[in-house]
Amino acid sequence: MSTGQIILSFLAGLLPLALLAYGLGRRRALTVAGGQDRALHSRPGFYGWYAVVLMAAPAVALALLAALLELLGLIDAPETLILAAALALAAGGLWTAERTIQPGLRARNIVEGAVRWLLITAASVSILTTLGILLSILLEAMRFFQMVNIWEFLTGTTWSPDTAFLGGAGRGGEGQAEAEFGSVPLFAGTFMITAIAMAVAVPIGLLSAIFLSEYAPLRVRGAVKPALEVLAGIPTVVYGFFAAITVAPLVVDVATALGLEASYQNALTPGIVMGIMIIPFISSLSDDVISAIPMRMREGSFALGATPSETIKHILLPAALPGIVSAFILGVSRALGETMIVVMAAGLRPNLTANPLESMTTVTVRIVDALTGDQEFSSPETLSAFALGLVLFLITLVLNTVALIIVRRFQQQYE
Amino acid sequence: MAANLQAEKRIRQRYRREQRFKALCIGAITLAILFIFVFFADIIQRGYTAFYQAQIQVEVTYDERSLEIPAAAVSEEVRPLVSRGFLRQVPGHVQSDPDLKGRTVTRWVTADTGVNQYLKDAHTGLSPQEKATVDKLHEAGRIEFAFNTNFFTRGDSKMPEMAGIKSAVVGTILTLAVTMAVAFPLGLMSAVYLEEFATDNRFTRFIEVNINNLAAVPSILYGLLGLAIFINFLGVPRSSALAGGLTLALMTLPIIIISTRAALRAVPDSIREGAFGVGASRLQMVTHHVLPLSLPGILTGSIIGMAQAMGETAPLLLVGMMAFIPSAPDGVTEPATVLPAQIFTWASMPQRAFDELTAAGILVLLAVLLTLNATAVLLRKRFERRW
Repeated sequence: MSTGQIILSFLAGLLPLALLAYGLGRRRALTVAGGQDRALHSRPGFYGWYAVVLMAAPAVALALLAALLELLGLIDAPETLILAAALALAAGGLWTAERTIQPGLRARNIVEGAVRWLLITAASVSILTTLGILLSILLEAMRFFQMVNIWEFLTGTTWSPDTAFLGGAGRGGEGQAEAEFGSVPLFAGTFMITAIAMAVAVPIGLLSAIFLSEYAPLRVRGAVKPALEVLAGIPTVVYGFFAAITVAPLVVDVATALGLEASYQNALTPGIVMGIMIIPFISSLSDDVISAIPMRMREGSFALGATPSETIKHILLPAALPGIVSAFILGVSRALGETMIVVMAAGLRPNLTANPLESMTTVTVRIVDALTGDQEFSSPETLSAFALGLVLFLITLVLNTVALIIVRRFQQQYE
Repeated sequence: MAANLQAEKRIRQRYRREQRFKALCIGAITLAILFIFVFFADIIQRGYTAFYQAQIQVEVTYDERSLEIPAAAVSEEVRPLVSRGFLRQVPGHVQSDPDLKGRTVTRWVTADTGVNQYLKDAHTGLSPQEKATVDKLHEAGRIEFAFNTNFFTRGDSKMPEMAGIKSAVVGTILTLAVTMAVAFPLGLMSAVYLEEFATDNRFTRFIEVNINNLAAVPSILYGLLGLAIFINFLGVPRSSALAGGLTLALMTLPIIIISTRAALRAVPDSIREGAFGVGASRLQMVTHHVLPLSLPGILTGSIIGMAQAMGETAPLLLVGMMAFIPSAPDGVTEPATVLPAQIFTWASMPQRAFDELTAAGILVLLAVLLTLNATAVLLRKRFERRW
């Protein structure tokens, strides 16, 4: 039996049992109360749920424990045995529930407690996810750093993992150049594209937000805001296709007309398109903070004779600055981690240059490239993806945390 | 008098500045709106042609020879113009309908991609001689455009005229089913715990910070997580809808939690106090009063989360969901692909004919996503209650 079938048969056994337990528990409660639910401590339904809890909790716990131990290789029991044990435990739990139901039993309190634990478990999944991301990336990155010096990885300026792949395939000769994992060109490309994206997104996004919150009549605002949200709903793979097939030739044509030489995989194209993608992000966050500024500040400024634009520049923007800065930081963090646009429109070749018309590659491109190839999982090139992911995770974590702190301070100011 | 003139001049200057600034703002928003139009016009213009396709009327001979060499089923003149995908099906036709054997049937069949491209004025690999034949047949009415049913009824193929989105659509449905089956209950329970049960202590605050951070983690890192934990550690089959769905579920979870919490918070405390006042327990208060009232908001948030998961590609590439899938998967553990991944695969195909398929796939994806988002907005408008 495969794992999937085991899980399915476990659930298939548990669900009718739960239904049965609910019915039995409820009936039992009414029987012991002599058919009068006034005599019971809790509503009859709670006795049903009490039976379900007593039946399911031990069985599920046993099944999870066994699965975990088996996964870690500590025990090696046949699945059918575990299944039988869990179902036996369920039957035992049901029997105990039947025995213990009394009119004075505080079923409601017990069920409430059980539900609380269930909810806490669910809420902990998000912590487990963070831990999972951190651990999975960290462990594989450690394996990578056993092969490659961490200092070399952070400061090296040459990224050529291909020779490592050849070596892994047993084709590395004596005279072959050693693989180098210097990540500086990748990060240079990432930051270049991010900078271009922000140069597009911040002015357009911020001015749009100012227009929407300060100038636009209600009707215009009602029509334009959803339109901008459409922009936010477009999948990144679609932006990537648009960048590669429409914007890239356009950029090359314009560059040629200006007498410049541009590669079809230049860094400018993904930068511009990524900027467009981030516009709604910046504009909606900035719109929120500008709208949150109390009306009395605008009125005070108008009363002194300031024009709307003077009010915006001298009163509203300084007041909203923390919110706008945090929107900017969140935008940067998005651009750094954006994958599909750069995979489809930026180059694969690591290139340390300041010219945005040349082909550059980014961290995310190399992660995808390393993990969609057909190398062995333990080859340095594959593992390098996790090292890059680790750095990306740390950078975005710091940026997000800073942005959250700033925005919380801002909210407190006007509450 | 002089001072007055100066003041007037300064006021005029300030008003001009005001005008300039306002024009700048309007310019920015116009640029953004303009981009939306350019974008949609571009994709539609590239993609609409894929919805129709050239068909060619040929005489198909089902004799012994054509069963051995399917290409011999049609005459030599039109052979390069007929899709090789059709020719491969010729033995299958006889198998499913033995009466055909030994007969010659005139029928409309899918034309080769070269014919398609030539008639759509795109780049084509046809020789001048073949082009002449196509022109002749087109004038005689033996080559015509028809609705491209292959696009909706077939899976991926190396032949552009035979490639379709069916397997990707089935894969998307399976993956999203897994995603929502995991993310919706977990997200709902987490949000209920944080909003209704938890006291404000360190643990709660830690979870909150965590969720906010998870919502901003780059999606590709979820792909690394899925690869390392679901596939390498838990042994979930690579490329399967299960692996992709679980990965997307973790990514969607914070979105659902955050929007569900907002919906719960919108229910006024007087409702909760009323419930407590008539002796409800906390659980009863939540399930009988708060949840039914906030359900529209919760559903809206979940639909938006689902739409986001549906458009996501990067983490799925890492768990292997960009495989070549010619036929739709039967279950969640079989290799599958999703619509965005299919778009990515087609976009990286060297043949030009795949460009229009890519754009058409994008149109289908965008139509579904816009419908989902519009549903969410309508739901919110229709059921939103101001207290």
